[in-house]
Amino acid sequence: MTQPPDLYQRDRDWHPPAYTQNYKTSVSRSPKNALLSLESTLSELSGPTFGHSDVDPLDNDLIRNYAKTGDPIGERIILHGRVLDENGKPVPNTLVEIWQANAGGRYRHKKDTYLAAIDPNFGGCGRTLTDEHGCYRFRTIKPGAYPWRNWINSWRPAHIHVSVFGPSFAQRLITQLYFEGDPLIAKCPIVNTIPDQRAIDQLVAALDLNATVPLDSIAYKFDIVLRGHRSTYFENRPEGN
Amino acid sequence: MVQKLDYRKETPSQTAGPYVHIGLAPGDAGFDIYRQELGRDIAGPRAQGERIEIQGQVSDGAGAPIKDVLIEAWQANAAGIYPGCGDVEPGFRGWGRVIPDFETGEWSISTVKPGRVKGRGPGLMAPHISFWMVARGINVGLNTRLYFSDEAEANKADPILNLIEQADRRDTLVARRDGDVYRFDIRLQGDKETVFFDV
Ligand SMILES: [Fe+3]
Repeated sequence: MTQPPDLYQRDRDWHPPAYTQNYKTSVSRSPKNALLSLESTLSELSGPTFGHSDVDPLDNDLIRNYAKTGDPIGERIILHGRVLDENGKPVPNTLVEIWQANAGGRYRHKKDTYLAAIDPNFGGCGRTLTDEHGCYRFRTIKPGAYPWRNWINSWRPAHIHVSVFGPSFAQRLITQLYFEGDPLIAKCPIVNTIPDQRAIDQLVAALDLNATVPLDSIAYKFDIVLRGHRSTYFENRPEGN
Repeated sequence: MVQKLDYRKETPSQTAGPYVHIGLAPGDAGFDIYRQELGRDIAGPRAQGERIEIQGQVSDGAGAPIKDVLIEAWQANAAGIYPGCGDVEPGFRGWGRVIPDFETGEWSISTVKPGRVKGRGPGLMAPHISFWMVARGINVGLNTRLYFSDEAEANKADPILNLIEQADRRDTLVARRDGDVYRFDIRLQGDKETVFFDV
């Protein structure tokens, strides 16, 4: 059986390190030993697949997917973009899941006790499959900033959490997207776990006036890049170390 | 100057935060929204092979259980075939999501024991399940593997376990069988820190 080709090595300087002192929770949750580098096997190169029987058409519409008595409160936005790999190739039929706070910065979660109000018409999660061109699209409301316990006065910039698969289990990625122009981005200890400013910029969704629905919803574009596959198959290469 | 290599950079990772359940397991966040949540059944009802249960905790540097972790598991079926790489039983997904009890930090997985899978070399790897976990305070999702204590022979020959130089660290990847249940505790720091992989 043909095995999928290897992945490009993950650039660990582009990602945050495990131990980031100013994001305090990482201090006791960061492994102290070096990660053990593994040449991928089928266990890492294969991965789960998803289909249209897994998701419903309304799942990517956060304005409607939990609405009970009307629309949720807040700024209506379209969030769209493509899932690509490092070679620029679209990643089709892959699962994208998002979650976020409501317009007031409150999560619908039994552990969130922030005093901002729960919105009865907003759940705060959505999911979709990319199309054959790797495109995805959500409709939602813009989340609010919220305070969190890191320093006494720490505020998260408005953000949406994003989870993506890709065909190989070793491409699995969770990240957060921020919004162009938000002054809180530069001050956030979680954002600043990322050492390279260019990598931070990659997490900032751009205002996209071409994708708005006029008189209805403003739009932001956010492309997601997963690790690329090499063009050769490892079975063609000599074994050994 | 040289030509520019036009590779894109992988999107950098960020922590999943404490409320990962809202997105990936909303029922556990406290609300029903989807017709079906994904990853609740790894093997499906028609999977062949031995039914097993795995229980464990993920603990931090203070030894405290991490109650907001989310784990994903990826495994072959009992014949050593991954979905998408050959024929598997209808309903066998090979992939699942689990979160611990919010009070105790204990999680458990019901599945079938995977078979051996071909490694990079000519040999087979010992039966194993790939794990990926995210949580508040974890900046990039952590990859590890679960092996089985009752596969001592296969484990001894496993090319991945043998990459680990210190023999006692290999044990951090071996789930201990106790009756019908395997115990697999994952430690992010400390004496028995689990081996994590850069895959
Ligand atoms: Fe958040």
